[in-house]
Amino acid sequence: MDHPLKQILALVVVLGISVATACGGGGGGETTDGEADGGAPAAAGSVVSPDSAATINGTVSFEGTAPAAEPIDMSEEPTCAEKHPDGAVRQQVAVTDGRLANVYVYVKSGLGDRAFPTPSAPVTLDQSGCRYSPHIVAIQAGQSLAIMNSDGILHNINTQPTENRGFNISQPVVMETSREFSRPEVMIPVKCDVHGWMQAFIGVQGHPYASVSGADGLFSLADLPPGEYEIEVWHELYGTQSQTVTIGVKETAEVSFTFNSDMAGNHVPMGEPLVLR
Amino acid sequence: MVAQAEGQEAPAGKATYDKWCAGCHGEEGAGDGVAATYMLPQPRDFTTALYQIRTTASGELPTDGDILRMIDEGMPGSAMPGWKDYLSNTERTDLVQYLKTFSRFFEDEVPPPVEYGGAPGVSEEGLAEGREFYDKIECWKCHGQAGRGDGPSAPTLEDDWDLPVRAADLTEGWNFNGGYTTEAIFSRLMTGLNGAPMPSFADLIDAEFMTEEQLWRVAQYVESLSPEMPEVREVVRAALVETLPATVDDPAWNQIERFYVPLVGQVIIEPRWFAPTVDGVWVQAAHDSERVALRFTWNDPSESPSAEWEEWRQRVVSVMQPTVETTVSTAEEEATGDGEPEVGELLPDALTVQFSTTIPEGMKRPYFLMGDQDEPVYLLNWSSGGDTSEALGRGMNAIEAIAGETVLVSESTFDEGQRRLLLSRALTLEGANRLVFETGRPIPMAIFAWDGSNGESGTQGAISTWYFLYLDQPTENITYVFPMLAVLLTAVLGVVIVTRAQRGAHGAGPGSGSD
Repeated sequence: MDHPLKQILALVVVLGISVATACGGGGGGETTDGEADGGAPAAAGSVVSPDSAATINGTVSFEGTAPAAEPIDMSEEPTCAEKHPDGAVRQQVAVTDGRLANVYVYVKSGLGDRAFPTPSAPVTLDQSGCRYSPHIVAIQAGQSLAIMNSDGILHNINTQPTENRGFNISQPVVMETSREFSRPEVMIPVKCDVHGWMQAFIGVQGHPYASVSGADGLFSLADLPPGEYEIEVWHELYGTQSQTVTIGVKETAEVSFTFNSDMAGNHVPMGEPLVLR
Repeated sequence: MVAQAEGQEAPAGKATYDKWCAGCHGEEGAGDGVAATYMLPQPRDFTTALYQIRTTASGELPTDGDILRMIDEGMPGSAMPGWKDYLSNTERTDLVQYLKTFSRFFEDEVPPPVEYGGAPGVSEEGLAEGREFYDKIECWKCHGQAGRGDGPSAPTLEDDWDLPVRAADLTEGWNFNGGYTTEAIFSRLMTGLNGAPMPSFADLIDAEFMTEEQLWRVAQYVESLSPEMPEVREVVRAALVETLPATVDDPAWNQIERFYVPLVGQVIIEPRWFAPTVDGVWVQAAHDSERVALRFTWNDPSESPSAEWEEWRQRVVSVMQPTVETTVSTAEEEATGDGEPEVGELLPDALTVQFSTTIPEGMKRPYFLMGDQDEPVYLLNWSSGGDTSEALGRGMNAIEAIAGETVLVSESTFDEGQRRLLLSRALTLEGANRLVFETGRPIPMAIFAWDGSNGESGTQGAISTWYFLYLDQPTENITYVFPMLAVLLTAVLGVVIVTRAQRGAHGAGPGSGSD
């Protein structure tokens, strides 16, 4: 079973790098320690001329003392416990040197009615050590989500969207399954019913301008057409914040967001129920 | 919201829905009808268009046929009845269309049913292969090694509405939401249960981890775990035996007939209980003219008191009794910040068997919920917390112990989600209110059961109606004499006739001369 998996992994890594390169750096998509690896930003569509493409770079900071990461008792699952020699923790609040990882960031408005092609490269969601990797996934509507089980023990991938149709599929062995979401939705919770602590969130956009802050708290939205955009950041415990950014032809704008633990009571929006006529 | 312009005719199905469905599912289909508060599992919220029992792939919309089937057959194991015999064809097909108006998802195209071939023939080897894959695809993680819904992940399961949900007890197929034919089970394996933790296993076939036939084998194996729905008989017979089974798992019990007693939640006296764990108890009884022994067998996924299931209990209680404080923790623990409750504080499992204090003439029996002031009942109480007692009940909240030395012998075992309990007592005991078990007379008997890990105790548990226990009478000698006489007489007559006939054929025999 190892060989095909390694090939897939290699392929995914290569694809990931090429996608990141095509996006002009990718920013927060890169992972440093596996604790806070955001999904690589989706390949930008070719609707933006390279002569005018602009970039928004951002930083997500965390003010004050970060709450201690919640430990996970994996004793019932030795296969997974072995992958966390120092003890496994939850990935909700991943703060390193005052920077907050696992924050979903996306262009909420400003793109008008531009249509963007669906990237052909899949986005990967792996289950490794009884945790999801990445913890936060940025994907485009219609783009393939490659769901992998690297653990080789039973996981079920139970997605619970509100605006999309979800799925709940079983992966009891090392394997890969593909699914997609048809509508934009912020955010779709993902859980494993076998391991109650496993949790991921998927953000779906109709465009490629979404990313996840990396362990360094950085993100980048590249290849944007010049214009005025509402940038929203979403965190699973601290809710959302947004800023309006205007960028001109080939400009690079810098934005920064700051979260703190007082925001723990904030409303955390999920998908909105579809309204009847 | 189903908008309806003034003067416009109500959509077909609305009148039927409002009359029969809205009480539980809510006027706008959000599963929030007035009766929903006390239900677990709760009525379906149609606005999400998540339908458990479908022929379409995991997560997908159901076909019209799927919705109709659910209305027709109901959802066994839940409060949802089947409507086939109560509503006309038109009413039911109109309801299907009306339910779809509650969700905008039905503006999307409904995908076709998942395609698959027929079931292979059942064989011993096939069932063994089914079991092999039951292990390989880790069904046991939730459903348990013996299939009783007691797997390691069972206490943590939640549905899409964050409500606690049981892994199905695969040995009680009659409670399967979608039915328990091989094909129904296979269809659940292929399509999963939307809104519930049960996933689809179809991708395993696509990934060539297993074949469709092997998934059929799993379905056949699961079906084999469950007997037909047990027949309920009013009289539990206590066989007369020479030697009573000595222990709860004495193989001698295998020779003694089993009687199934269904249980339901106690919903008459407050606080009520709408979500009992134990839905039936198998009763076996025997006596040796000196003592009576009763063996009770029931499925309960948790061996209470259980720290493993404490979170489950808290979640159940927070749904069923939102006003009740759910955490069990002493002030000391709060001070040390250790919220983990001690096992000793957790609720035990319990079973009470109830009899009348004396055997009534005719059909008059005490009030079935542990008697009343005028007419008490005689109770035998067992608890996994260690107490076994005789008591007198004058109502569920008026139970007093019967003083005197312990005369009740009890033994219980628990394994793989099943509890077995032996209670034994002398037929005759000294003292008032202690029922004398007479042979040959129907003795009113009822059963109460509590699952501590489900938050059950006191009035909040499972109850049965009255049944009868009938102790076989010693068979008197006269019973044997008449058949023996009849056999003997027939034999003598036969000999006489044959002899006569032989004489007729051969003339006078050698001895005839002496006649």
